[in-house]
Amino acid sequence: MSSISVFDVLGPNMIGPSSSHTAGASSIAYLAWKMAGGSIKHVDFTLYGSFAETYRGHGTDKALLGGILGFKTDDTRIRDSFEIAKKMGVEFQFTTNEIETDVHPNTVDIHIITGDNKTLDVRGESIGGGKCRIVKIDNVPVHFTGEYSAAIIVQKDMPGVIKHIASALSDRDINIAFMRLFREGKHERAYTIVETDSSLPEELKDAIMENKYVEDVMLVQI
Amino acid sequence: MDFKKAEEMLELCESNGISISQAMKMRECSKFETTEEDILNRMQQAWKIMKESAISPTKTAVKSMGGLIGGEAKKLNDHRMAGGSIVGNLMSKAITYSMAVLEVNASMGLIVASPTAGSSGVLPGVMLALQEEYNISDDKIIDGLFNASAIGYLAMQNATVSGAVGGCQAEVGVAAAMAASAATELMGGTPKECTYAASTVIMNMLGLICDPVLGLVEYPCQNRNASGAANALIAAEMSLSGITQMIPLDEMLDCMYNVGRRLPVEFRETAKGGCAITPSACKLCDKCF
Repeated sequence: MSSISVFDVLGPNMIGPSSSHTAGASSIAYLAWKMAGGSIKHVDFTLYGSFAETYRGHGTDKALLGGILGFKTDDTRIRDSFEIAKKMGVEFQFTTNEIETDVHPNTVDIHIITGDNKTLDVRGESIGGGKCRIVKIDNVPVHFTGEYSAAIIVQKDMPGVIKHIASALSDRDINIAFMRLFREGKHERAYTIVETDSSLPEELKDAIMENKYVEDVMLVQI
Repeated sequence: MDFKKAEEMLELCESNGISISQAMKMRECSKFETTEEDILNRMQQAWKIMKESAISPTKTAVKSMGGLIGGEAKKLNDHRMAGGSIVGNLMSKAITYSMAVLEVNASMGLIVASPTAGSSGVLPGVMLALQEEYNISDDKIIDGLFNASAIGYLAMQNATVSGAVGGCQAEVGVAAAMAASAATELMGGTPKECTYAASTVIMNMLGLICDPVLGLVEYPCQNRNASGAANALIAAEMSLSGITQMIPLDEMLDCMYNVGRRLPVEFRETAKGGCAITPSACKLCDKCF
């Protein structure tokens, strides 16, 4: 367990009513918004477990939609996220899946179509006290929390890619806090998730993209 | 610099001649490589949100999302303003403000989880009531919030503050223990007396289940926040009068955690027991949404 801060006790500053069903939900969608590069045309939310059972009374739907519009947990616009999304022309839909129960009780799948017509699928879990983690990207099991700035690299599983990523970070004097590699199979698509102690400059994306096996880079700044 | 138990925290306070709030500020700066100025700024922001959420529903009633609560803080406030309070200004204000924050929370307003959203009324309620009744400065109150967070931290470190894990005793119980300790320091108590107050609250709220009607953070949560605020003041009053407790805070936290884990799952935020399955609560199931 990482150290508990004063502001883990007195916090988060959040729109109510529930840290897990409201604040945690908005945090998951906020991370997805960052991963999508901040441009959303269409979004489908699928709710599982306790999210599916009680989402209306907890404003989980408003919180998720607020997050996907880029609102943080303490942004009062979350209350009006449905109206704001409609005004912005963002299409959205909520469905519940009460059949699949072999998931964390507060799980959501987010299917995104971005402004430039790319798709992104993200699964998040709200794990209590407003904290959350992303556990799947495009159906590949991953793990990151959004407590650190992160670079998510989509690549072909080939020798030298990790070295290239590590060099790009080292050249910019960025300290790696955590680094994890997930892959669909040998020489298939892989995901590298690097969580760092400092923020990540936009041009890092281009530097990492220089490797021929890198397909995409998503930067999530905290 | 760190402490993981109340016992270690008290040793640190005694050997350095410092308060619990100072010890917690030192721990935060050293563990998270930050400055006192930075954490004071963040805490001022939290206090601003707490105050606003404790005051606004006393003037304008707010209806909750689930429709189970709304307007309670205004009723209490009007009752006191009309001279009708039977418990005196301090207690009346503490319960009024505690209930107010839960109204804001349940209507998707801005609150500070302290330590959780469902128990977010207790600490602001007690702090604001003390501030108004004893003319305490914002800076002193912010010290109180650091003191409170030390108790909350110990509960998170050694037990739980999740209703789903330990019932309401872990949420409102811990919130009230935090408020009791903060109130004791603000009113001149020693670090040890602060932990006596916290220990007393955990004892008095031991076993309290989490049984939200319709699964919503509304009812009985709002009532229990008022009860937590009252319990905090009772415990602080006892401690400041010199009453000691034979069971120290560390043992009471362990005890609370043990009791919590032994609670049947129906009594841990699942809305499948307690108040949630009374005939009157069940009747609401079809109406609410």
